[in-house]
Amino acid sequence: MQLHGWGRFPRADAELIEPPSAELFPEIFKSERIKGSLIARGGGRSYGDSALSKNIISSRFLDNFLEFDETSETIRCGAGVSIDMLLRTIIPTGYFLPVLPGTGFVSVGGAIAADIHGKNHHTDGSFCDHLVRFSLLLASGEIIECSPKTAIDAFIATCGGMGLTGVILDATLKLEKVPSVCIKRESIVAANLEDCFDLIEDNESSKYSVAWIDCLAKKNALGRSILHLAEHNATGLQKYKSRRRLSIPFNIPAFLVNKHTTRLFNNSFYHLRKRTAGTNIVNYDSYFFPLDNIKNWNRVFGQKGFFQYQLVIPSDSAKRGMKEILNVVANSGKGSFISVLKKFSKSNENLLSFPEAGYTLTLDFKNEPGISPLMKKLDDIVLAHCGRLYLAKDARMSEDMFKKSYSNWEKFIEIKNRLDPNGKFASIQSDRIGLT
Amino acid sequence: MKILLIGATSAIAKAFARSYAEKSAHFYLLARNQNQLKELANDLKIRGASSTSYSAIDLAHTKTHSAAMRNAGEFLVNVDVALICHGSLPNQENCERDYNMAEQEITVNGLSTISLCTEIVKIFKNQNSGTLAVITSVAGDRGRQPNFIYGAAKSLVSTYLQGLRGKLLPYNIHVVDIKPGLVDSPMTAEFQKGPLWSTPELVADKIIDSIEKKKHTAYVPGYWRLIMVIVCLIPEFIFKRLKI
Repeated sequence: MQLHGWGRFPRADAELIEPPSAELFPEIFKSERIKGSLIARGGGRSYGDSALSKNIISSRFLDNFLEFDETSETIRCGAGVSIDMLLRTIIPTGYFLPVLPGTGFVSVGGAIAADIHGKNHHTDGSFCDHLVRFSLLLASGEIIECSPKTAIDAFIATCGGMGLTGVILDATLKLEKVPSVCIKRESIVAANLEDCFDLIEDNESSKYSVAWIDCLAKKNALGRSILHLAEHNATGLQKYKSRRRLSIPFNIPAFLVNKHTTRLFNNSFYHLRKRTAGTNIVNYDSYFFPLDNIKNWNRVFGQKGFFQYQLVIPSDSAKRGMKEILNVVANSGKGSFISVLKKFSKSNENLLSFPEAGYTLTLDFKNEPGISPLMKKLDDIVLAHCGRLYLAKDARMSEDMFKKSYSNWEKFIEIKNRLDPNGKFASIQSDRIGLT
Repeated sequence: MKILLIGATSAIAKAFARSYAEKSAHFYLLARNQNQLKELANDLKIRGASSTSYSAIDLAHTKTHSAAMRNAGEFLVNVDVALICHGSLPNQENCERDYNMAEQEITVNGLSTISLCTEIVKIFKNQNSGTLAVITSVAGDRGRQPNFIYGAAKSLVSTYLQGLRGKLLPYNIHVVDIKPGLVDSPMTAEFQKGPLWSTPELVADKIIDSIEKKKHTAYVPGYWRLIMVIVCLIPEFIFKRLKI
């Protein structure tokens, strides 16, 4: 069947295998059923081609909770359990997840494979920094236990390793006790990019921090933004919230997302938020998962899909780099609605993890003629400032760029070759960037 | 809420149980696979179930039903809802060639359900309450060429439930016949999925809704009622030529 990532580009014909229970996963490797390469897939929320291959093994039915230990404050669950499902289960007991992505539909397996980060990376690190252990099914059919202390090589290669070492079956996560899931959000207006950087640095002690940025504003207003700082509120109900979901039932004609509508949106969004800036108490879901109540929001960009371009530039030249990037984007007029700037703290040991000390910027681009040269231009700026792109968002990075920017790629391949000597696990992305 | 779940490890049953687990329900689970039952019982506990117990039996063996239902009744004490979800999707061609196979499939999808209903009704009559919910299929509405063995077994159950519903009225026992259309679950792994397909979670939500609203026959999702009305209206001289 034809599958695609969240960006709806590229599309690939794949054999989708959905083993109905955990015990049937090793069987897949013992049979002759799988011909050609294979990659695991969870919630299907990586944007590009990292979960596309000839054969796709779905963690859909690895959806059981296995153990909840209140003394060690950990939960063990199948790799197919979504972040939303986790929250639904742990919130009534007073717990929360230490790291949340921008959508609740990400699976635990996917969160590990991409070593995802959240709005608190500067204070709490990334998802795998709170990972106690996981079990990994290798191509041999063997299942190994990985943790920061056992099978260390497999651990650092699998966390952020985009599923190329094996299939994550289940994982144990550390939980966090919070006073409330209500979020005290303070929104501050930044008139331009320098202003925004200053505000972010002045408020580094804030647990959550993320800035929405008007990527089309130019000159003195370049990088004007709204910085959202947040803490857990001291009081409030410990209640899971499921929002009424709107749905976009069909592809919106792509021409509706253009220079003018985007500019109109960004302008109104900025001025609206400017008027409502200040402190508000909001539910966790609207702060962490702002787009989750619009099912299929990825259809907004039309039939041909879109690219999400997320880059990080190390601290030294982050400010200069971001300015160059925003200049190019603003002048091209091809930016879009939700552009996000955020500060990262230092990187971890994981070989292909994306975050490193510096600033990260996320941009959406509709897939249209002229977008490739623009992204190529941005690639050059990113490389010039020793930055890199996020594999979970990527659908088009060149092998050359990947190898220049991910310095641990050789060590990764060495460990992968040990865990998967016949090269069973590969995605369209890993073939493209020269990892397989 | 005290729930007896039969065929508990099916995708629809799991989604159904998980919703009720969040509301602190009590569960007795029956299915064939011991490991999967154990995992599910544990999963429901973590999701908030007040208590769980389970027993692994092959539901095709009707002789085991009476003892299993007794155990369930003893564990739950008072059963609020019994949901019967077990079943298999037969290979139509093989069943047409080999009567033994057809018999086996009709036993699993039809007769075993009637046996279970018989035992559950005893419990419900004793307590003078209860909701019996049974998953049949839209396939039971009209015999179609690609799956009439399955359809025949399901229509057997639907017809039985129609009669039973009236019989149980004086006992304050409610009977719901749930007719799902195409559901994307392990049972239908081999099928190419299209826009008419729905998820086990959606079907489970509709089952909960129809139990709570005391519906009699629930097509899930609702558009299947319209589809099946149209299918049933096609004149036989045309229908017999259709391979749908």
